[in-house]
Amino acid sequence: MEKNTNKKAKGLPIGARRAIAYAVLILVSLLCLIWFYILFINATRSKGELTRGFTPIPSTHLIQNLKNGVFHGTLPFVRGMLNSLFVAGCSAVLCTYFSTMTAYAIHVYNFRFKKFMSTFILAVMMIPTQVTALGFLQLVGKMKLEDNFIPLIVPAVAAPVTYFYMKQYMESTLPLSLIEAARIDGSGEFRTFNTITLPLMKPAIAVQAIFTFVSSWNNYFIPALVLHKDKMKTLPILIAQLRSADFLKFNMGHVYAAIAFSIFPVIVVYLILSKYIVGGTTLGGVKG
Amino acid sequence: MDKAKSKKVVSYNKWGYIFLIPFVVVYCVFQLVPLASTFYNSLFENYRSGLTQVGPNFVGFQNYVKLFTNGDLLIYAKNTMIMWILGFVPQILVSLLLGAWFSDPSLRLKYQRFFKTVIYLPNLIMASAFAMLFFTLFSESGPINSILLNLGIISAPYKFMSHVWSVRGLVALMNFIMWFGNTTILLMAGMMGIDPSLYEAAQVDGATATQIFFQITLPLLRPILLYVMITSLIGGLQMFDVPQILTNGTGDPVRSSMTLIMYLNKHLYSKNYGLGGALSVLLFIITGILSLIVFRINTRTSK
Repeated sequence: MEKNTNKKAKGLPIGARRAIAYAVLILVSLLCLIWFYILFINATRSKGELTRGFTPIPSTHLIQNLKNGVFHGTLPFVRGMLNSLFVAGCSAVLCTYFSTMTAYAIHVYNFRFKKFMSTFILAVMMIPTQVTALGFLQLVGKMKLEDNFIPLIVPAVAAPVTYFYMKQYMESTLPLSLIEAARIDGSGEFRTFNTITLPLMKPAIAVQAIFTFVSSWNNYFIPALVLHKDKMKTLPILIAQLRSADFLKFNMGHVYAAIAFSIFPVIVVYLILSKYIVGGTTLGGVKG
Repeated sequence: MDKAKSKKVVSYNKWGYIFLIPFVVVYCVFQLVPLASTFYNSLFENYRSGLTQVGPNFVGFQNYVKLFTNGDLLIYAKNTMIMWILGFVPQILVSLLLGAWFSDPSLRLKYQRFFKTVIYLPNLIMASAFAMLFFTLFSESGPINSILLNLGIISAPYKFMSHVWSVRGLVALMNFIMWFGNTTILLMAGMMGIDPSLYEAAQVDGATATQIFFQITLPLLRPILLYVMITSLIGGLQMFDVPQILTNGTGDPVRSSMTLIMYLNKHLYSKNYGLGGALSVLLFIITGILSLIVFRINTRTSK
């Protein structure tokens, strides 16, 4: 039935439209992937091979480049990755736990400043962290927290965007009668939150944990201003140092290996979790 | 009965405050206090010139005057806007097209999950590493020049990093690649929310896909387009990682790709807290006003 009405419609036939759509989709997919393909190829090639121009076939020097450029290179990339993992991991845990708690407070309870708080959090959602960076840095200096991970992790507790997502999710999955039932059974409020709400929120927590992790992992602006000691630096800072170092001195194979080392783990994890990530972007972001 | 019940509810409701404590405390300490002290700092002359520390002396709004009169600010604001527009225009066009295709039931595209996964991928890549990658790929002896030479498109390596528009173009290209997948998925979700009976009615009336897109999809999509535009604009004003790493913080050639946040970053590094504070406050206000203006324009035209 529907096919018939389509055929009667003016304009391009459905087959041609489909062909154009596939062609464009393949084109933009290539546009997204080609950079990483070239990166992978070049990370496998030696310095000499790289000076001879580009070839689309991988070579055999990947392990060697990783060894000399990343594991025993001039910049501490392995340490940087561990630092990044630690900071991003802690941020993700704190951010999701406390954002859920904040959403729970607004969703379940009635109190005088409830309306004010929920409007306030929505209003400040747009404020970029950069505009308060100056005061933030001074504060960090006064608290003697420079070269410390605390100023990069603890602020994740107050994340308006994650709160907003959690609240949206809660409205559709957490009936107040359930909380009431737990109360009748004698469960304390805090225990109800931890043992009943958190498990119910698992899907939302997983999605937001991934997003918080990735944005903390990729964060460059604030960490670069807070961390100065080599052994405390996170990956983006080391990448920036790679850029500012004298370029001609470097073996380009090592440079590509270092970039690949900081990009490919995220790609692999993404491909494993992509089902949740791609669906998750829309779950709470735009509803209605 | 009723009174007893409401008393009980009130006693539970104090937990609302308790559960809000972590958020409120952390937000105040790490956001509100810094915001206030940023504003406070903007009223003082406070910088280092060589080894001597100047200030802090109270100067009122002189930092703001200085910011506007030395001319740099307008150049960097212009650079930021140019690079944002260069990236945003193709981004919104491609996203609208892809979103319309993905959500068109009569097109029945296969491998949708694969394509969505691929176009969303660059959004998660570390911007600094991506910029570093582009720097090496587009360097004079890099693979892009090598490919272009082999294909005979150019006869000598093109110096991407020393021309104003090629650097701006690369920044815009990277922003486009990193964000069009995200925008596509947002717009697609909006398109899925449109009542399918509208499409069916239009099809029965003999409308083409193009007509349906412009007459039905686009007008109904306005709120989401507005959302995408505001967030992208605010994101554009924060543009930092990509141009910073691509140009090693210089914004070269001749500071033509220096953005506002790169400028702020410079002040923060040199500990020029007076000017840095004024710039921060200014950015805070611009962010607020811009989102208001865009919001107003869109609601007016829809009425």
